[in-house]
Amino acid sequence: MELLTVTINGRRLQVPAGTNILQAAEAHGIHIPTLCYEEGLTATGACRLCVVEIKGARKLAAACTTPVAEGMEIYTESERVVAARREVLRLLLANHDLRCLTCERNGDCRLQDYCYRYKVEDTPYEGVLREYPIDSDNPFFIRDYSKCIRCGKCVLICAEVNGAHVYDFMERGIDTKVTSAYDDNLQETTCTACGMCVNVCPVGALVEKSTLWEGRAWEIEKVTTTCPYCGVGCQLKLKVKDGRIIGVAADKSGSNRGHLCAKGQFGWDFVHSPDRLTRPLVRKNGRLVETSWEEALALTAARFRAILHRYGGKAIAGLSSAKATNEENYLFQKFMRAVLKTNNVDHCARLCHSSTVAGLATAFGSGAMTGSLDDLLAAEVIFLIGANTTEAHPVTGYRIKQAVRRGTKLIVADPRRIELVKYADVWLRHRPGTDIALLNGLAHVILQENLWDKEFVATHSEGFDEWRRVVEKYPPERVAQICEVEADTIVRAARLFGRARRGCIVYAMGITQHRSGTQNVMAVANLAILTGNVGREGTGVFPLRGQNNVQGACDMGALPNYYPSYLPVEDADVRRRFREFWGTELPAEPGLTVTEMMTAAAAGKIKAMYILGENPVLSDPDAAHVEKALKNLEFLVVQDIFLTETARLADVVFPAASFAEKDGTFTNTERRIQRVRKAVLPPGEAKADWEIIVALAREMGYPWKYPRGPEEIMTEIARCTPLYGGINYSRLEEGGIQWPCPTPDHPGTPRLHAEGFSRGKGKFHPVEHIPAAEEPDRNYPLILTTGRNLYQFHTGTMSRRSRLHQLRPHELMMIHPQDAAARGIKDGDTVAVASRRGEVVTRVQVTDDVPPGTVFMTFHYPEVPTNVLTNPATDPVCKIPELKVTAVQVSKAP
Amino acid sequence: MEKKVFIADLIAKYRAKRGGLIPLLQEVQERIGYLPRWALEEVAQGLDLSLAKVVGVATFYSFFRLKPKGRNIIRICTGTACHVRGAEKVMAAVKEELEIGPGETTADGEFSVETVACIGACGLAPLMTINDEVYGRLTREEVVRILRELEAKEEVKV
Ligand code: SF4
Ligand code: SF4
Ligand code: SF4
Ligand code: FES
Ligand code: FES
Repeated sequence: MELLTVTINGRRLQVPAGTNILQAAEAHGIHIPTLCYEEGLTATGACRLCVVEIKGARKLAAACTTPVAEGMEIYTESERVVAARREVLRLLLANHDLRCLTCERNGDCRLQDYCYRYKVEDTPYEGVLREYPIDSDNPFFIRDYSKCIRCGKCVLICAEVNGAHVYDFMERGIDTKVTSAYDDNLQETTCTACGMCVNVCPVGALVEKSTLWEGRAWEIEKVTTTCPYCGVGCQLKLKVKDGRIIGVAADKSGSNRGHLCAKGQFGWDFVHSPDRLTRPLVRKNGRLVETSWEEALALTAARFRAILHRYGGKAIAGLSSAKATNEENYLFQKFMRAVLKTNNVDHCARLCHSSTVAGLATAFGSGAMTGSLDDLLAAEVIFLIGANTTEAHPVTGYRIKQAVRRGTKLIVADPRRIELVKYADVWLRHRPGTDIALLNGLAHVILQENLWDKEFVATHSEGFDEWRRVVEKYPPERVAQICEVEADTIVRAARLFGRARRGCIVYAMGITQHRSGTQNVMAVANLAILTGNVGREGTGVFPLRGQNNVQGACDMGALPNYYPSYLPVEDADVRRRFREFWGTELPAEPGLTVTEMMTAAAAGKIKAMYILGENPVLSDPDAAHVEKALKNLEFLVVQDIFLTETARLADVVFPAASFAEKDGTFTNTERRIQRVRKAVLPPGEAKADWEIIVALAREMGYPWKYPRGPEEIMTEIARCTPLYGGINYSRLEEGGIQWPCPTPDHPGTPRLHAEGFSRGKGKFHPVEHIPAAEEPDRNYPLILTTGRNLYQFHTGTMSRRSRLHQLRPHELMMIHPQDAAARGIKDGDTVAVASRRGEVVTRVQVTDDVPPGTVFMTFHYPEVPTNVLTNPATDPVCKIPELKVTAVQVSKAP
Repeated sequence: MEKKVFIADLIAKYRAKRGGLIPLLQEVQERIGYLPRWALEEVAQGLDLSLAKVVGVATFYSFFRLKPKGRNIIRICTGTACHVRGAEKVMAAVKEELEIGPGETTADGEFSVETVACIGACGLAPLMTINDEVYGRLTREEVVRILRELEAKEEVKV
């Protein structure tokens, strides 16, 4: 990096070339006031508050838009500068509805702060005070434009980061107003309720509703923590007043850079829901009744002991949680293995990404995302397959849109017209369940046209020849038939991807949730190896993890065949090490997966289950079967924050603390271990999951003790988990760390396989197209595919108890106009959807966003339990169920 | 439907041009007389712009109208001579009588009010024109009288 020498206020400073005066000054602790500048957004130079004096220049220059030059002599607070700034402030005051007395931003307002700094008490100008009506029609924030200073930051963040383009400058001159077109209510616009405009507004024009009249800025404590929803792992600040959360502020310490989606910004209010569990429950005479912790723990321990004694550990199984912290997942698997003597421990990653773990681990040597989310911004081309990023992982969706805006090419492969199709250069609308054919077809063209990375393949891979023989069977013409995509489009996509020097492949459940999930992932890996797109900046394979801590739950060994750090249970040496470390005998045989547990429970082979923070009755395929299995148990313990559909079936229910009520860590989808911090107390007698697990272990006679809490648990994790060997809480204070981080002085690893693949060489796996387990037929002629929408999450346990619920209060199945017309169905009608396993009733949306022959539903709504329809047919390698392809029939409900 | 076709044609014509939005909006306004919401929505979609951007541009330039014009156009002169001789009072009288200000149209679509710079009849200041007829040396009472008369005529017409 080239350094320049400049003088600021008489200090000679070295600054990197290409930075602007504002950044250069800030880097040396010289604060220039700004109103319209926001890092990461276009500098418009609109407000003129940041002006500085440059020796030799006739006019003052805006620091935010003026690049530094060698030898520049800059004065940031000279008399001329101060006079100009005071003038700017006076002009703003002339049109400002100055109501600091009751303004929510009093004490945290840039206009107020700068008037104070420059001693501007009043304005000599007679302005026009526009008393605009306050818009408070949306459920999330108010817009009070009488306080708007027209800095334009809301316009920019909405357009440049979110891509929603809701606002602009309206009218001109003194009448200028920043608002939505026609002042429309935000629900009528393209607004996605991300709240980012609220977070960048420097004054009291845009204000979260939840904070109104709740307290002054200085009374509100801000606690930095990690979003509890998706795997992007955004950092945010909870605003806390009198022991309650009242809002969220942006936090720029994480890779989300202060950007959030509706769930992170407005989805926290479930924490204070009146439905929270506050006392332990036990089943007496068939009903769940409140009881004391002593009784609930004693009873649970006694039942576990009896079942263990009578049937052995094999009759017990546990489901850990991708929502719980690393510390809790670690303790849970330790509890199952060391106390209940079973490896029957798994969690919902089975249902979303076990095929990733299996597929990428065999191909590359590690099952995790290879790069960092920031690599997406450095890519020449992004290939997105089976991932509706803007709804399921919104902040990563923003990154993809930002990349495209900066010139990155985008290829989207998805049967649905997802939002990113608008940004795509090529859209491959392939038939659900034909991903392998498509990926092989792309590889075929890349080979044929010599666009592959021969050097990389020669030095970094094995299995090429054998794989090539299989891929040769997939010329575009054949693939076109299987996938129902034009051969030309396949060739175009292949050329675009093959020619780029830096390519990223992003995928999610559209790839993994298939009978052929593991092979799908391998086909992705093959393409990445072939094009040499691993281990460098702007390249990589990006599985997007669904839940906030799926990555961590896997890392911690909440898996039937792995201890923490993916150390195999079957390895006698590893087992011996854990036996010594935990000081107790451990079972040798790998355990059962989620789907196998349910079958075993239904067959009476599993007698007891311990379920932590999961809701398999709604999230798992063939829900009726799951419910039957759980009812068949002798003993079921569920630990959750709400009485979920699953908890209702339990014999004991432990009330757990939410993410805001405990300390710990989550690991996001780019392997970044980040802190979760306690902001408020749990309701009633609820306790953190780790406390409950420890209490239960002690009740069972194991003297577990962690007086320093999660921090101490992490110390233990670091000692037995090589990937986390260098992690401790004091390091995490400075920000998240990406594993592998083997030692306390290791900086973490933004990019895996940078020095060659973890397993030595990347392995090509020949994989062939396999039709979905259930092809549509005469009785069930449509394909049902499932996923998420932006405003709800998973089974809705959290999001539906939040104000987010208002945005999409019910299921709307998507169906193509042709299919709808053939059945006499109109938009908004209620229909019955039936598969070979069950039937649900839902409202529909008629749209060509889905292709003919395919319908789409989410699984967020308990009243429409989509998973009674889905197929439990599983991938033979990792046992992931085929949630993405189910044959159904749809008819108008009577 | 037909109206959408002509906008689609215009979009095709201007799509590839940089800075094509303004001439495109001008043509739309020439055809329809003003820029109705549906037209701006079509334009935004066709040019792949946000509605906010298109409305922003349409409201920035004074030659665009977002509302249909009234059947009678009242123009109040605000040139220097009229200004010093009481254009403000004329404006106030119009506002009092019709309850609309410059750039607005009465709810019944009868009247629109605009301001103009000097029309070169300063000798008559202060003045206003109604449908190109000039009314000069106005007083508050005079304005009210003229408008009431016109209103009465309009009512008979209906
Ligand atoms: S909430 Fe987000 S999408 Fe909505 S207007 Fe603000 S920035 Fe735009
Ligand atoms: S609403 Fe806030 S962010 Fe938007 S222009 Fe006004 S002051 Fe700036
Ligand atoms: S993108 Fe994911 S992690 Fe970020 S705020 Fe939204 S739900 Fe939370
Ligand atoms: S901050 Fe530089 S002009 Fe506004
Ligand atoms: S100033 Fe009104 S006509 Fe000249």
